[in-house]
Amino acid sequence: MTDKQILEWKNRFAVAGAWLVAILFFFPIFWMVLTSFKTELQAIAIPPLLVFEPTLDNYTLIQERTDYTQYAWSSVVTSLGGTALAMLIAIPSAYAMAFSPTRRTKDILLWMLSTKMLPAVGVLLPIYLLSQKLGLLDTKIVLVVIYALINLPIIMMILFNYFREIPKEILEASRMDGTSTWNEITQIVMPLAWGGIASTALLSVVLCWNEAFWAINLTSSEAGTLAALVASFSSPEGLFWSKLSAVATLACAPIVVFGWLCQKQLVQGLTFGAVK
Amino acid sequence: MNRTLVRLLQAPSIIVLLMWMIVPLSMTIYFSLIRYNLLYPERTGFVGLSNYEFFVTDAAFPPAVLNTLVLVGSVLCISVVLGLAIAILIDRPFRGRGIVRVMLISPFFIMPTVNALVWKNMMMNPIYGLFAVIAHAVGAEPIDWLTVYPLLSVIIIVSWQWTPFAILIFMTSLQSQDQEQKEAATLDGAGFWAQFWNLTLPHLARPIAIVLMIQMIFHLSIFAEIFVTTSGGPGTASTNIAYLIYAQALLQFDVGVASAGGVFAVILANIVAIFLIRAVGKNLMV
Repeated sequence: MTDKQILEWKNRFAVAGAWLVAILFFFPIFWMVLTSFKTELQAIAIPPLLVFEPTLDNYTLIQERTDYTQYAWSSVVTSLGGTALAMLIAIPSAYAMAFSPTRRTKDILLWMLSTKMLPAVGVLLPIYLLSQKLGLLDTKIVLVVIYALINLPIIMMILFNYFREIPKEILEASRMDGTSTWNEITQIVMPLAWGGIASTALLSVVLCWNEAFWAINLTSSEAGTLAALVASFSSPEGLFWSKLSAVATLACAPIVVFGWLCQKQLVQGLTFGAVK
Repeated sequence: MNRTLVRLLQAPSIIVLLMWMIVPLSMTIYFSLIRYNLLYPERTGFVGLSNYEFFVTDAAFPPAVLNTLVLVGSVLCISVVLGLAIAILIDRPFRGRGIVRVMLISPFFIMPTVNALVWKNMMMNPIYGLFAVIAHAVGAEPIDWLTVYPLLSVIIIVSWQWTPFAILIFMTSLQSQDQEQKEAATLDGAGFWAQFWNLTLPHLARPIAIVLMIQMIFHLSIFAEIFVTTSGGPGTASTNIAYLIYAQALLQFDVGVASAGGVFAVILANIVAIFLIRAVGKNLMV
């Protein structure tokens, strides 16, 4: 074989390997979606069924029995609410830090990030008791506030990096022309930072949507999110695989599709804008 | 912008995070010094450090510390090594690459509770799970994964979620690697490993540091995956510190001891955080 042929074969092996790995990683998700269209008996059939008559019963049943829409609504409200609140606090702060940094700015940001490392269990009881006192247990408000707080450090970090990348010269030039601070923000900075702000918000929504610890411990039937609803299927009594699969598929689908569409933006967010 | 305005704009984020840190933490420290059990509300009073003593001398404590370290360490190694290998594997043009990418990164977007339940039931169930079915098909005895290898099972479940995260970051970063440099190296006769050590790895240094840091933040307090699969068991075989504190507080209702555990977890996290932030923190800002 010539060198070129060897290279071609190597490439073919690599591609076959890539497909194999991809199928292995994706398989549990494929299997979950497949199971959601089976009856409970088909779901635990041995050998496992690949070909069967699909049913939509699980999807209609979970709708009737678990108030799926209510949980989904909680997830939507808490994810969007938490993100909006955090962005509201973070945008002005990150803006001020990026454009008028002091010697302490970087230390403040690292301190903020270090609060993210405080384990949630360490403060679970105080938060639980405080929310109980304030009558906020099992409400969407408490989750909105907590999601805003736990995502704030990451959001600050990402926004700071985005604002920093806006060339200073543009701002200096506009200041020379006598542009006011307000016009500077709305007409120069915002259009340039818009992409960064959007990817930050996207990442925050994903993190809130999948958050389980606070949802499990602070809410139940009134304000429970989809993550908490899914966790309630962990009880050992009875195997309800196909119903579980239907709930899980519905709970994950929006975020997975979201993730597919916004890969680039999410990577930038996840690495604080440091990887492009 | 003048100084006052700058301070005014910065203040909200700093104040809310300070409160988020100080208020619950000081309450936790206070609870950790008093007798506070929800089952015996009549027993009160200052007890000094005995809650700490109780937490640390609990038979479940040493395994919980060990499990936390093993869990974090293994998931970090698996996800970074596997993530690098797969990212390099798919860093070539081929038909269907877009689909392969999408399939590979999907697990990262799955909710941790869903992830854990799908593995617990449909993969690892000793009777109906796919692993058991495969074992039967090849004539082997099926394994009850969550009972026999509980910690390994949790490691597999968490790695399945986080390797795609590493793949996602590395694969994006590889696209910005200088292709001409690689071609020149190939022409000069540099083999795959020579290129990997001298070109690819240095290019990925920063993404690797970031992947390690972010995963560490999330893995030190893994909870949902253990909560819905093994509940820390059997015994304490898959209990990490986060789950041990949870069990003290909400299953045994001992707020005092649980709070002592909370303070311990915060100290542990801070030690890790100081090292990590020293090592990679400055890398995070442009």
